[in-house]
Amino acid sequence: MVFESLSEKLQNALSKLRGKGKLSEKDVDMAMREVRLALLEADVNFKVVKDFVKNVKERAIGSEVMESLTPGQQVIKIVNEELTKLMGEKEAKINFSPSPPTVILMCGLQGAGKTTTSGKLAFNLKKQNKRPLLVACDIYRPAAIKQLEVVGEKVDVPVFTMGNKVNPVDIAKAALEHGKKHGNDVIIIDTAGRLHIDEELMEEIENIHSAVNPQEVLLVLDAMTGQDAVNVAEAFNERLGITGVILTKLDGDARGGAALSLRAVTQKPIKFVGMGEKLDQLEPFHPDRMASRILGMGDVLSLIEKAQANIDAKKALELEKKIRTQQFTFDDFLDQLEQMKSLGPLDQILGMLPGINSKALKGLDVSEKDIIKIQAIIQSMTKKERENPDIIDSSRRKRIARGSGTTVQDVNKLLKQFKETKKMMKKFTDMEKTLKKRGKFGFPFF
Amino acid sequence: MFKWFKKKDKKKDEIFDKEELIEEKDEAETQEVEDDEIDENINVESTVNELEEGKEEVEDKAPKKISLFEKLMGGLTKTRKDISSKIDNILKSYKKVDEELFDDLEEVLVTADVGVNTTMTLIDNLRERVKEEKVSEPKEVKELLKDEIKKLMTEENMDYKLNIEPSPAIILVVGVNGVGKTTTIGKLAYRLKREGKKVLIAAGDTFRAAAIEQLEEWGNRAGVDVISHSEGADPAAVIFDGIQAAKARKVDVLICDTAGRLHNKSNLMNELNKIFRITEREFNEATKEVLLVLDATTGQNAMNQAKVFNEVANITGIALTKLDGTAKGGVIIALQSELKIPVKLVGVGEGIEDLQPFIVEDFVKAIID
Repeated sequence: MVFESLSEKLQNALSKLRGKGKLSEKDVDMAMREVRLALLEADVNFKVVKDFVKNVKERAIGSEVMESLTPGQQVIKIVNEELTKLMGEKEAKINFSPSPPTVILMCGLQGAGKTTTSGKLAFNLKKQNKRPLLVACDIYRPAAIKQLEVVGEKVDVPVFTMGNKVNPVDIAKAALEHGKKHGNDVIIIDTAGRLHIDEELMEEIENIHSAVNPQEVLLVLDAMTGQDAVNVAEAFNERLGITGVILTKLDGDARGGAALSLRAVTQKPIKFVGMGEKLDQLEPFHPDRMASRILGMGDVLSLIEKAQANIDAKKALELEKKIRTQQFTFDDFLDQLEQMKSLGPLDQILGMLPGINSKALKGLDVSEKDIIKIQAIIQSMTKKERENPDIIDSSRRKRIARGSGTTVQDVNKLLKQFKETKKMMKKFTDMEKTLKKRGKFGFPFF
Repeated sequence: MFKWFKKKDKKKDEIFDKEELIEEKDEAETQEVEDDEIDENINVESTVNELEEGKEEVEDKAPKKISLFEKLMGGLTKTRKDISSKIDNILKSYKKVDEELFDDLEEVLVTADVGVNTTMTLIDNLRERVKEEKVSEPKEVKELLKDEIKKLMTEENMDYKLNIEPSPAIILVVGVNGVGKTTTIGKLAYRLKREGKKVLIAAGDTFRAAAIEQLEEWGNRAGVDVISHSEGADPAAVIFDGIQAAKARKVDVLICDTAGRLHNKSNLMNELNKIFRITEREFNEATKEVLLVLDATTGQNAMNQAKVFNEVANITGIALTKLDGTAKGGVIIALQSELKIPVKLVGVGEGIEDLQPFIVEDFVKAIID
């Protein structure tokens, strides 16, 4: 899960403050020391950490906090606010040129994921009814052009190539002409990976830049990058004036310190994050939501948006009714599993829920395989059994286990889980009611 | 060494037959000579013929040990300049050895990705030493720090050589996405072949688009055969076929590529484990090396990567890539001291020769001096 260990560490550091009736300066100091270590271990840039801790401390020791009734909560609130500030406050979208085509120049180090991300971005824009064109300007890495072609084919976006013997600057220029002629309104230029200190290649990309005058210059950066992330971003920014950052491989267990430092140092927003190897796994970056996620406050908004995009509204309504009236059956469960699968990896979804902090998720290994197993078990039940699980006795259990290629223990486990899920569903509906009353997502976070 | 590249450039230029390009390449050449870096020249060229000629030329110029070493130093220069000048500045600004000095040293190490825990260990040890040996000159602290890093990194019985003797040997190359596995394999194949070994590559990355083509291109450059299936095939099957071919052709070293995978994806790690088991079962008589490729720009996450990959595939060595950037690769200090997995190779550029053996002494020296 994203930022897993960072959130865990921060939650730990701050939990000591929670519930304290009075805070001394020493308490804050202690907590801030741990916050500092947590951030450093997460690869947040050293200078950024220094400033961050200083800011939080200054505000926390101010009188408004000390005199409030819940000083611990106040400090957490400050940390959340400062985190949000660090990452930028609002979602930053792609700026489209008023006179198309919009040119997007991708740049970054080797292996950051530029080619894959270019494909993902093209797919993303296509969904917004744009007509993107991918341009292969990486003439150096073997088979890079082929890779972009394959990616382009997968997302059904045309790829402009001129082989690897033509100067990338000329390719970019020709692509622009080609795009204009063929009515492409967005042109995404994939470039070769280059070190920010490689004078020759940096000059080349500068030349591409001045030849096509891009609307967006997006730096693609690996989320696992260490302290060097800031140097890289600064160098590219200096040479090209980047307009934003795409952070890749955020589905790993990197603590993502780079995300926190980048904005602070370059003042450029993170526009997208790469969340997996599939081409639809590029997500807009919401700094405020991410800050909440780090502090274990959940990210309900993203979850709802995801659900809206992927879940059949009609079915969902039906399901809701069933849940309310407690008529939830195994058939519905099966349905729901299918839909859950289309939402993405389970652990990512669970991580967005408030109250489920990263510690609780640790050791919980929900893999797609388990889901397949569950599906097999349910599909081995008769219609009657699915509607009324209470009739499943031991001989039925044996049959179901045989039919699904599992063991009776597995079947028992599922039946038990199903009961619990039903209970949980009830809780959720109750929670929803209180939510509606409050009118806002004001969860009791801690 | 540069002569070789110039010759090749000329050849290439003839093929391209484009004035513009010649001009550009000439510029590039001079720059590269200055920078002591050779990257793109090799990358651009494509035909096999040319490659083979190029190779012969390399073989002609056998005694080039010094330039190789220089290359390593060259690659590390940036690293060195960055850390070392900082350390020197700090040491210069202090008249005596005090707590603030240690704080500043701590900062330098942390910004080099050494990691909080390792930095603290280093600084604590250093503090102890300073006290014991009654060091009062800030300048002497530098030598001590160097010594402490070395001490932390060197372990008795640690073997920095690749496990490829006696042949046959199998090298399984693993790592997360984008660290440079395929490139490292290309360079390694070239290197082993030049040492007179019969080398075969198995293209086990059947997932990423065009990964097989990329590897085949490297195979071409190195003059090494590549066993491959089509994209989307079962990687374990490719490795299996690679092993059978290696046995039939009596090759000395079989190098197996695998798809990049994030270490927290359990299904992908299971797949890797299956591949690993196949190498154990089908090629049990072979000498085994499991190389984890790590990107030097990676921060503390490298520790997680190494731990998890080690659980699944029994890592025996590390290849540290992209050390020619400004990244300091400081995390390997912790890696080697905590996990006891030796760094065996370092990548210092995009050229086919830019893969070097790792030598602790040199690494520490290059960083601190």
